[in-house]
Amino acid sequence: MPKPEYLHFFIDPNRCIGCQACVQACTECDTHRGESMIHLEFIDRAHSVQTVPVVCMHCEQPTCAEVCPADAIKRSGDGVVQSARKPRCIACGNCVIACPFGVPEVYEDRQIMMKCDMCYDRTSVGKKPMCATVCPSQALFFGTREQIDQLRPMSRPVNRFQFGRQTISTRVFMMMPAEPLTTQPYLDVTSAMSEHPRQRSIALTVVSDPFAEVEL
Amino acid sequence: MATLPAEPLKIIEGFGPHRSVASAMSLSTSAEPERLVKTHCCFCGQQCGLQLKVRDNQVIGFEPWEEFPFNRGMLCPKGVKRYLQGAHPDRLTTALRRDESSAFGFTPLGYGEAIARVAAEITRIQQSDGPSAFGVLSGASLTTEKTYLMGKFARVCLRTPYIDYNGRLCMVSAGAANKKAFGVDRTTNPWSDMVGSEVIWVAGSNVAECSPITTNYLWQAREQGAKIIVQDPRITPVARTCDLYLPVKPGRDAALFAAVLQVMIEHDWLDHHFIDTLTVGFDAVAEYCRQWTVARAADVTGVPERSIRQAAEWWGTAKTSFLFHARGIEHHSNGVQNALGTINLVLATGRIGKPKSGYGTITGQANGQGGREHGQKCDQLPGWRDISNPEHRRYIAGIWEIDEQHLPGPGVDAYELFRKIDAGEIKGLLSICFNPKVSLPDNGFITRALEKLEFYVAIDFFLNDSARHADIVLPGSLQEEDEGTVTQVEGRVIKINKAVDPPGEARQDWRIIQDIARALERPHGFTFESPREIFEELRRASKGGVADYSGITYEKLEQQMGVFWPCYSEDPESGRPIDHPGTPRLFEHGSFNPVARGKGPFYFADGRARFNVADYRPAVDDVSDEYPLFLTTGRVVSHFLSGTQTRRIGPLIDQYPEPRIEMHPRLAATLGIADGDWTIAETRRGAITLRAMVVNTIRPDTIFIPYHWPDAKSANRLTVAAQDPISKIPQYKVCGCRVHKASAAPDYAAILEAQQ
Repeated sequence: MPKPEYLHFFIDPNRCIGCQACVQACTECDTHRGESMIHLEFIDRAHSVQTVPVVCMHCEQPTCAEVCPADAIKRSGDGVVQSARKPRCIACGNCVIACPFGVPEVYEDRQIMMKCDMCYDRTSVGKKPMCATVCPSQALFFGTREQIDQLRPMSRPVNRFQFGRQTISTRVFMMMPAEPLTTQPYLDVTSAMSEHPRQRSIALTVVSDPFAEVEL
Repeated sequence: MATLPAEPLKIIEGFGPHRSVASAMSLSTSAEPERLVKTHCCFCGQQCGLQLKVRDNQVIGFEPWEEFPFNRGMLCPKGVKRYLQGAHPDRLTTALRRDESSAFGFTPLGYGEAIARVAAEITRIQQSDGPSAFGVLSGASLTTEKTYLMGKFARVCLRTPYIDYNGRLCMVSAGAANKKAFGVDRTTNPWSDMVGSEVIWVAGSNVAECSPITTNYLWQAREQGAKIIVQDPRITPVARTCDLYLPVKPGRDAALFAAVLQVMIEHDWLDHHFIDTLTVGFDAVAEYCRQWTVARAADVTGVPERSIRQAAEWWGTAKTSFLFHARGIEHHSNGVQNALGTINLVLATGRIGKPKSGYGTITGQANGQGGREHGQKCDQLPGWRDISNPEHRRYIAGIWEIDEQHLPGPGVDAYELFRKIDAGEIKGLLSICFNPKVSLPDNGFITRALEKLEFYVAIDFFLNDSARHADIVLPGSLQEEDEGTVTQVEGRVIKINKAVDPPGEARQDWRIIQDIARALERPHGFTFESPREIFEELRRASKGGVADYSGITYEKLEQQMGVFWPCYSEDPESGRPIDHPGTPRLFEHGSFNPVARGKGPFYFADGRARFNVADYRPAVDDVSDEYPLFLTTGRVVSHFLSGTQTRRIGPLIDQYPEPRIEMHPRLAATLGIADGDWTIAETRRGAITLRAMVVNTIRPDTIFIPYHWPDAKSANRLTVAAQDPISKIPQYKVCGCRVHKASAAPDYAAILEAQQ
C-alpha cells in the first residue's frame, strides 16, 4: 500500500533538543536493527547546544538515484525514495558524495548504502515514522498540511532548496520562520558559505560568548 | 557490613555493570510479538505511555502508544531502550549472601533461607537494641502500592520510626513549600493548560534533558505567542531559544525572586483583589522585598539589571502564566525558601487555579508524586497525613488494625538516618529503590556508615553500588514484572501493567516484604495476594486525607487513562457516595476542599493561600578564596538517577559514556585546559579526575558535572551534605570548588569500562 499522499514529514531544526530519541527509536527497526538511519549532529558544541536531525528529504528528482551506476535506488510511486537495493548496490559511494543533504551512508562491512526510507514499513500502512512519533519536541512531525498549519502559526513549510545552480524540490518539508518567506519562498543553503551572502538567505547570528558580561 | 567482600573489580566482573546484550529473540527480524502491553515508562515523572512488545515472557521492544494523552506516543531515548534491562546478564535471579571466600564476593542463596536469615538478624538486633535499631530506606520509583506497603511495614511490622526514602533527595523542598503556601502538595494544572499561556517561567529545570516530553508543551505554548523565561546557570537546549535567559549564579535564586517581586510592587503589577480576598501574609513579604533593589540583586545573583526588570515586566503584566521549577532551585540548603519565592510571585498575580495559569514543581522520579504521599516519609502517614497528628494517627491505626500507642512517632530524614548509623544508634538497614552510595552527597561518609552496619539487606534487581556492602541481597522485580499505580507529574494517577514474569527466584517486591513479615512472625496486615488488594486498602487509608484516592479503581484508571487526585468516594460536602472523575485543576475559584470546607479554594481552614517570607541565605560552603568556582551537578538525558539501570543499557551508555567536567573556554584558558584533557575537580570533601568539556554554554565561574556514575567518577564525592533546615534536602546544586589540569590519566581509565 502506498504512503497516504495527504501525510507529510515536516522538520523544524529549531525545535530539536538533541535528546536522540529519534536515533534510538530508529535503531529499533527490524530491517536495520542497531543502525540509525536518522543522523543527529551538534552544529558546533563548543559554542552552542544546537543540534539538527537529518532525515532523507525524499527529493522529487533524487540526485542519489540519478548518479547511481547500478540503478539501485528506486523511488516508489508515493514519492518515497527507497534505500539501496541488494544485489544491485555496489557500495561505490556516488550517492554519498552527490546527495546535497548528506543523507546516504555506505556500510563497508555489509557493502551497501543504507538511508532513511521514511519508515516505509510503517508509512505504507498509514502509521507515522518512528522518529516523528517519539520526538519529544516534535522537531520531527508527521501529519497533514492542515495540522501543521494549525499547530505552527509562527512557521511555514518549505520544500524548495537552491544548491548553487540546482533547484531541488523535496517531499519532506523544512519549517522556516513565517515572516521572511512572504518574499523568499526557498532556502538558499549555499549562500551561507559565501563571504557576501546573496539576498535569498536566512541570516545567522552567532553569539561568540553569551556570558561576556560575567567576570572570572 | 564492614568493607566490601571482594575487590571492586571482582564484584564488577561478577555483577556488572555490564552492557546489555540484545537477546536472540529481540534481534530476530521475524519474531512478531505475541502481545502489546499498554503501560508506562519506568524512569522519570513524565510517565510516558508506551506499549511493550512481549514474546515468550520477554520484552523484545516497544511500540508507541499514541492515545495516552500526556505524551501521545512521544518518548525520550531512555523510554525507547528501557526494555534492554530485561534478559540482562547482570540480572539477579537468586538471593545472594555476602561471601568473602567467593571470587566475586557474593554467593547465591536459596530464597527461603535468605528470608529466614533476614528475619533472624532483624529479630536479633531489635531484641538486643530495641526496634529503633533497625532502619528502612525506600524509594519513589516504586508503585504507590509498594510505597504504601513500605511505610506500613516499617511502622507495623518492624515497629521502627526510622523509615525515609530517596525522595528526600528530590521533592521535599517543593513539597514543604507547597504545604506551607497551599496546604497541599501537587502541581495545580494539567500540562495541556500551558498552551495559550502568555508567559512561562522555567526556574532551575533542564526540561529538555530531565523531562523531555514537557518540551513540546513549551514549544506549543510559544507557537501561540508565549514568552519563555529560563533561569539557569547553563544554556540548556530550552534556554537556547528562550525569550529571556536569566544566567543566575548557583545558590542565588531567592534574591532574584525577591527583586522581581519588588519591581512588581513598585509598578503595582499586582492582583490586589486576589491578594486581599484569597491570601494572607503579603505585607510581611513586601516588607522583606524592599531590601532587594535591582542593583543589589544584580550584584548578588549575577543576572543583569535589565534582565531582572524585563522578567518583572513580562511576569507582572501578563494575563495568564505558568511557573515551573525543579531541582535547580530546590536542591539547596535554602531550597524551601527558593520555592516559596516562586510561589510569592505566583500569588502576587493571582494567576493560579485558572485555565492557562498555573504553577508546579516538575517531579523527577516515576512515582515521586505518589511516593511522597502515603507514608514512606519519616513524618508521614497515608493520604498525606501527619504521623504526629493525633487524629491522623487514630484513623490510620484503625485502618491498620493496631493500637495507636504502637504506632511509632516521626523518624528522621535519610541523611540523618546515616548519621545515626555512623553513631551506632541504627545497627541494621533494609533498603529498596535507593542507591545512597551514588546519590547522597559527600558519599565518602555514606560508604563509611554502610561499613559500620551490623546487618544490611538490599532488595534490587541488579547489584547496585550500595548493595555491594550488603549481607543479604534479595532479588526484586522490574517495573514491567509487576502491576500497580503511579502518580505522575500532573497529579494524574495512572496504571502500570505487568508484561512479563520475573526470572528465576526473583519476585515482586511486595511479596518479598510480606515474606519477611511472615518470617518475623508478624504477618498481621501483610497478607495481600495482589497489588489490587493493596490498592483497595490504600483507597481506605487515604480517604479523608488531603491526597484522597478513595474514589479511584483500577477500572477507572484504564477507562479514563488516568485520574487526577483528589478523587473522592463520598462527596466531601454532603458525604453521599459519588462516582468522582478526579480533579485535574486545583484551587479553582469556588472549589470545595475538605480542609477549607468552602471558605476558599486553598487547603487551610480559612481557604486562603499563604505568602511566606522567602529569605535569601548564602549557600553553605560557598565560593571562597581557596575554592573560587561554583560546582553545580545535575543530569544528562540518556541516564537516570544513580545509573543502576541506564548504565547497563548499551545504546544509553554510548549516548553519554562517562561524566565530563563542563567549563567555559575563558575558565579553561586560565587553567591551560583543552577540551578532552584530564582535569581534577576538588572540594573540601574530595577530588575526582574526569575529562573536561570546554563549551561556552555555562557561566565562566561555574563547572557542571553529571552525577550518574559511582566511586572515582562520582560527582557526589565532591558535594556538600548541607541540608535545608525544613525539608532536609541536600544542597547538590552549589558548593565551592577548584579545578586544575591533571598531570596524568586517572588510574581507573585503564581499568574500568565507561559505564563502571
